[in-house]
Amino acid sequence: MFRNQYDNDISTWSPQGRLHQIEYALEAVKQGSASVGLRSDTHVVLLGLKRSSGELASHQQKLFRIDNHVGIAIAGLVSDARVLSNFMRTECMKSKMMYDRPMPGSRLVNLIGDKAQINTQNYGRRPYGVGLLVASYDEGTGPHLYECLPNANCLEYYAISIGAKSQSAKTYLEKFIKDFGAADVDTLIMHGLHALRETLQQDKELNINNCSIGIVGKGENWRTIEGEDLKKYLDQLETGAPTTETTEELPQGEAMDTE
Amino acid sequence: MFSTYPGQVVVDHPISVPIEHRFDPYVDNGGTLLSIAGEDFCVVAADTRQSEGYSINSRYVPKSVKLSDKTVISMGGCYADCLTLTKRIQQSMEWYQHAHGKTMSTAAVAQMLSIMLYQKRFFPFYSWCILGGLDEEGKGAVYTYDPVGSYERETCRCAGSASALIQPFLDNQINFKNQETQKHTQSLEKVLRITKDSFTSATERDIYTGDYLEIFVITSKGVEVQKMDLKKD
Repeated sequence: MFRNQYDNDISTWSPQGRLHQIEYALEAVKQGSASVGLRSDTHVVLLGLKRSSGELASHQQKLFRIDNHVGIAIAGLVSDARVLSNFMRTECMKSKMMYDRPMPGSRLVNLIGDKAQINTQNYGRRPYGVGLLVASYDEGTGPHLYECLPNANCLEYYAISIGAKSQSAKTYLEKFIKDFGAADVDTLIMHGLHALRETLQQDKELNINNCSIGIVGKGENWRTIEGEDLKKYLDQLETGAPTTETTEELPQGEAMDTE
Repeated sequence: MFSTYPGQVVVDHPISVPIEHRFDPYVDNGGTLLSIAGEDFCVVAADTRQSEGYSINSRYVPKSVKLSDKTVISMGGCYADCLTLTKRIQQSMEWYQHAHGKTMSTAAVAQMLSIMLYQKRFFPFYSWCILGGLDEEGKGAVYTYDPVGSYERETCRCAGSASALIQPFLDNQINFKNQETQKHTQSLEKVLRITKDSFTSATERDIYTGDYLEIFVITSKGVEVQKMDLKKD
């Protein structure tokens, strides 16, 4: 009821102890098309559902390379994503120049968090309107997957999804989480595609134009699979559901986290 | 004591004389490098000795760096400047990759390097650069530079401490200067033979050249590195 009085700028708290501008920024992420991320003991896979504004338009890029060992998937304002990915690229290069070793994923993600927090506390600024899934493979600690949101929270996950209808993807991921650890890259990709398919609207399908896959892992630099190269995975998608089923009950669907 | 001449003033107490102190940022770390362009290959070779004056800093510090599958750069002169310049080139190439989704062509790197060198026209990188690689048509390309960015595409070039010994030999054997042999392009085997002989000969006469020779061979298949011994005296 009092939301309208306390939501005009970032530096105003509501009586309930909330910053509504941040919550509105999170809405922008939820409105973007879905991105999915999941990891095994050796690789991280990111998938994006590329939206197109019409028949005549190209599909919006969802995956960005940051460095040989880091890639991101985005959901939300693409222009904000470009600014953040530029920042990440610069930081990775600076780190390599300074310390002669690739930037650790956790450190990079903390830098994003610190940068995003500035916009949640200074008057006149607005939070970034994009959510990032950051995939990295670090030499010592292995694969990592992080979620970075406009509220400046950066958390690590085994599997996660952001964007429109991402809860459906999360439900799939939660169901098969036990199989991800030991899975090989192709199996991981298939799980990711199944999860991504859950986020589609009723009459839509995954095709070589509207999805893209990014992989980074042990001994493999960040690479993307787009266009024709997706065929071999999408064909497998048609032939069936995953073979392993967990026997435990599906977890109750939780309300979308608005923190 | 020491001999004196008539009228010379000799004193038996310390005298202070002004000594000029200047910022002397450059050091010559020696070494020799060369690059030869073939029909469909390019060879970039450099010795690995790093020296300072009459001392040897290290017997194995590579002077050549692979920038991409079709480009290799080699730099001689002040190693600190060479190292930082190389890192800056690599960063610029990475930004290009991010912006355009593809690797920079050899010709583009060549132009960019010239710009980067001239940007420090008034405090230059003390590095003698040779860029070797394949052009967009797959032919061998060699670009040579001076420390402030003047550059030119050539068939072959040698730079560094023994350049005066090797370059005339290359002019004669690669470009057939001052002899009646018909001009023809050399095969990879012949070029490697000429390269190795150049370095073994230079090692004999130039004190800054020796220890090991690293040869980068760039072909359409990629970049292959060979290492061989040179005399260590």
